[in-house]
Amino acid sequence: MSKTILILGATSDMARACAHRYAREGYDLQLAARDAAAIEADAQDLRLRHGVTATALAFDVLDTDGFAGFIAGLAPLPDVVLCAVGFMGDQTESQRNPQAATVVLRSNFEGPALALGMLAERFEARGSGTVIGISSVAGDRGRASNYVYGAAKAGFTAFLSGLRNRLARGPVRVITVKPGFVATKMTEGLPLNPRLTAQPDEVAEAIWRAQDKGRDVIYVRRVWRLIMAIIRALPEWQFKKTTL
Amino acid sequence: MQLSGWGRYPRAEGRLSAPRDTAALAALLAEGPAIARGMGRAYGDSAIGRHAISTRHLNRMIAFDATTGQLVAEAGVTLGEIIDAFLPRGWFLSVTPGTKFVSLGGAIAADVHGKNHHVDGSFGGFVDWIEVMGPDGAVNRCSATQNPDLFHWTLGGMGLTGVILRAAIRLRPVESGWIRQTTIPARNLDEALDAFAQTMDATYSMAWIDCIASGDRLGRSIVMEGEHAGRGELPADRRARPFDTPDRRAARVPFDFPGLTLNPLSVRLFNEAYWQKGLRQPTTTLTGWDPFFYPLDTVHEWNRIYGRRGFMQFQCVVPLESHGEGLRAILGAIARTGAASFLAVLKRFGPQQGRLSFPMEGYTLALDFPVNRRSLSLMPELDRITADHGGRFYLAKDSRLSAQTLRQTDPRWDAFAQWREDNGLAGQFVSAQSERLAL
Ligand SMILES: Cc1cc2nc3c(=O)[nH]c(=O)nc-3n(C[C@H](O)[C@H](O)[C@H](O)COP(=O)(O)OP(=O)(O)OC[C@H]3O[C@@H](n4cnc5c(N)ncnc54)[C@H](O)[C@@H]3O)c2cc1C
Ligand SMILES: NC(=O)c1ccc[n+]([C@@H]2O[C@H](COP(=O)([O-])OP(=O)(O)OC[C@H]3O[C@@H](n4cnc5c(N)ncnc54)[C@H](OP(=O)(O)O)[C@@H]3O)[C@@H](O)[C@H]2O)c1
Repeated sequence: MSKTILILGATSDMARACAHRYAREGYDLQLAARDAAAIEADAQDLRLRHGVTATALAFDVLDTDGFAGFIAGLAPLPDVVLCAVGFMGDQTESQRNPQAATVVLRSNFEGPALALGMLAERFEARGSGTVIGISSVAGDRGRASNYVYGAAKAGFTAFLSGLRNRLARGPVRVITVKPGFVATKMTEGLPLNPRLTAQPDEVAEAIWRAQDKGRDVIYVRRVWRLIMAIIRALPEWQFKKTTL
Repeated sequence: MQLSGWGRYPRAEGRLSAPRDTAALAALLAEGPAIARGMGRAYGDSAIGRHAISTRHLNRMIAFDATTGQLVAEAGVTLGEIIDAFLPRGWFLSVTPGTKFVSLGGAIAADVHGKNHHVDGSFGGFVDWIEVMGPDGAVNRCSATQNPDLFHWTLGGMGLTGVILRAAIRLRPVESGWIRQTTIPARNLDEALDAFAQTMDATYSMAWIDCIASGDRLGRSIVMEGEHAGRGELPADRRARPFDTPDRRAARVPFDFPGLTLNPLSVRLFNEAYWQKGLRQPTTTLTGWDPFFYPLDTVHEWNRIYGRRGFMQFQCVVPLESHGEGLRAILGAIARTGAASFLAVLKRFGPQQGRLSFPMEGYTLALDFPVNRRSLSLMPELDRITADHGGRFYLAKDSRLSAQTLRQTDPRWDAFAQWREDNGLAGQFVSAQSERLAL
């Protein structure tokens, strides 16, 4: 029987690339996004190219009350869930306006963590499943330019780490993806260094390989592991003066 | 940013946008003059300008009818993706250029031709309809019967009639992913032309031609013809999976070669080696679709071997009446200057089909030249010889023709420019090429 992947935040460029990568392996797709109509064209494209089943589902990561109903409605319960939901927001706005900051915190931490946590429960009960969360290097150390987003991602990273730790002895696997820069909608127009910037297809390939090879935490481009090791190692008195 | 085509010459400063949906595209068009850009495989300045709009995000497949082979897809889908999706189900492109890294929109806008032009005509012959966005953001469906003018000027119209959003094309059924290839070495131009004359009913044919050989070896070639192999022609162990062909390992040219790497000597050595290899090859072999149609595609960014200054392609067609003399004069001029073209292709064309199609009944010659003084002074001479023999030029390869030469050899562009003027498209869809050629 073919396997199924649920993708939360399916309109994201990384998510689209992942959908193609998994469909190539024969996975059926459950594509969830705020605007389900907006991904119907993608679903049709995936069906045509890969001959798999693809359904478009409505899902808002801020609607935590709706999660139970959403998960109960999944037919079948997927083998893999990938969460690509994320929202950068505007740092200055987040500093000034608690409502704006709340949306950033909830979109990157509360919503994704709760949704994946609930699915992990179901996977554990069933006795199989893989949970994949796209967090960020921004969560490895808070920086002036985006620490509200970064703090939420730090929370999400910690949550995934704890979840992995709790489930380590069982059959359910948890993978944390911390891509460095990726050329997507989110970063369009930013002057990113091309050597440090991955394409969405690269991220999808890395995620597929991580699942295939049983990895726990991946950075996509390897240089990022090094860069983040250095950034984490800087003493705080020195780090606080940097403008990264 | 700096924009250029595949030849990396010329380069021009311009803006590059990549809208994610048709509403965003319409908003960009409302901002002023622009030109659509697919995969940037046109050699010269067809898809560069003040504002190039990439179709890379408009790349979904929409429908496929397995009874007729009709595929409906967005313009940014590449031909390679179409093969990936449909060859395993027994369908191949009806017409394909020499690289699979071109977009559907680009294939339509240049009305590309393949090795089967003499039998099947150009890409446009397999296009059932297209949808084109005009300057006002309105989308018009057109076909041979609906809005026929828009249809016929858009096939081969080099993006100058609007942005192609979607198209319906017909694929061809095949029994396998293999090609039965026959190789015929020809010691000079006469032998090559004879070989083409004798292979007129082969589905695919083309020749690699050695442009350095001169004297009684002028025009020596390796002529290749091919047919889609039926399932029964495959070795027994391949018949169960007839669409599986060996994966080709891709390599990448990691940096710009210094300008000197491709000098007349290295090209001479390459050509000699290629010729010797052609002589040794068994005359008939089974080969996978990928190496047969797309010999260069495994070397990503091979355009960098010409160094930073880039290269130009010269592609003309000489009509059947005067092809022998015309080709001899062109090859003679190249051999005389010693200009090094190491990828040179000769091919027989059938009659012109689309209103703006480049091909006409005769022979086409496509040659690459590094950008340098010698090449730049040779090109106008080749233009002149082509014109004198009643030939014309392919805009998808052009980077330097003069407006005057284009008009003199190909009056169809006058009518095209007039139609653009009459329909309010002239100021809106503008490429560096359309400005240079006053289209
Ligand atoms: C190695 C190699 C081999 C080739 N072999 C052949 C061959 O055998 N036969 C042949 O005919 N050609 C050949 N070509 C040329 C190539 O097929 C054409 O230039 C084709 O148009 C490239 O498509 P693209 O998607 O890269 O378009 P681009 O290069 O990006 O654009 C080419 C033209 O198409 C227009 N265009 C692109 N997309 C759209 C759209 N959506 N709507 C409107 N206009 C659009 C652009 O404005 C531009 O005028 C070859 C090129 C290479 C690099
Ligand atoms: N790009 C980078 O450099 C980079 C680096 C590190 C980590 N990341 C992370 O990678 C993931 C994918 O991002 P991306 O770069 O592909 O950017 P993106 O295209 O902006 O993707 C963000 C996705 O989140 C969805 N989303 C936002 N709020 C939502 C909500 N309330 N409910 C449901 N979905 C919501 C968006 O859906 P809509 O289409 O409905 O808005 C979109 O699909 C994100 O988690 C991001 O934080 C990105």
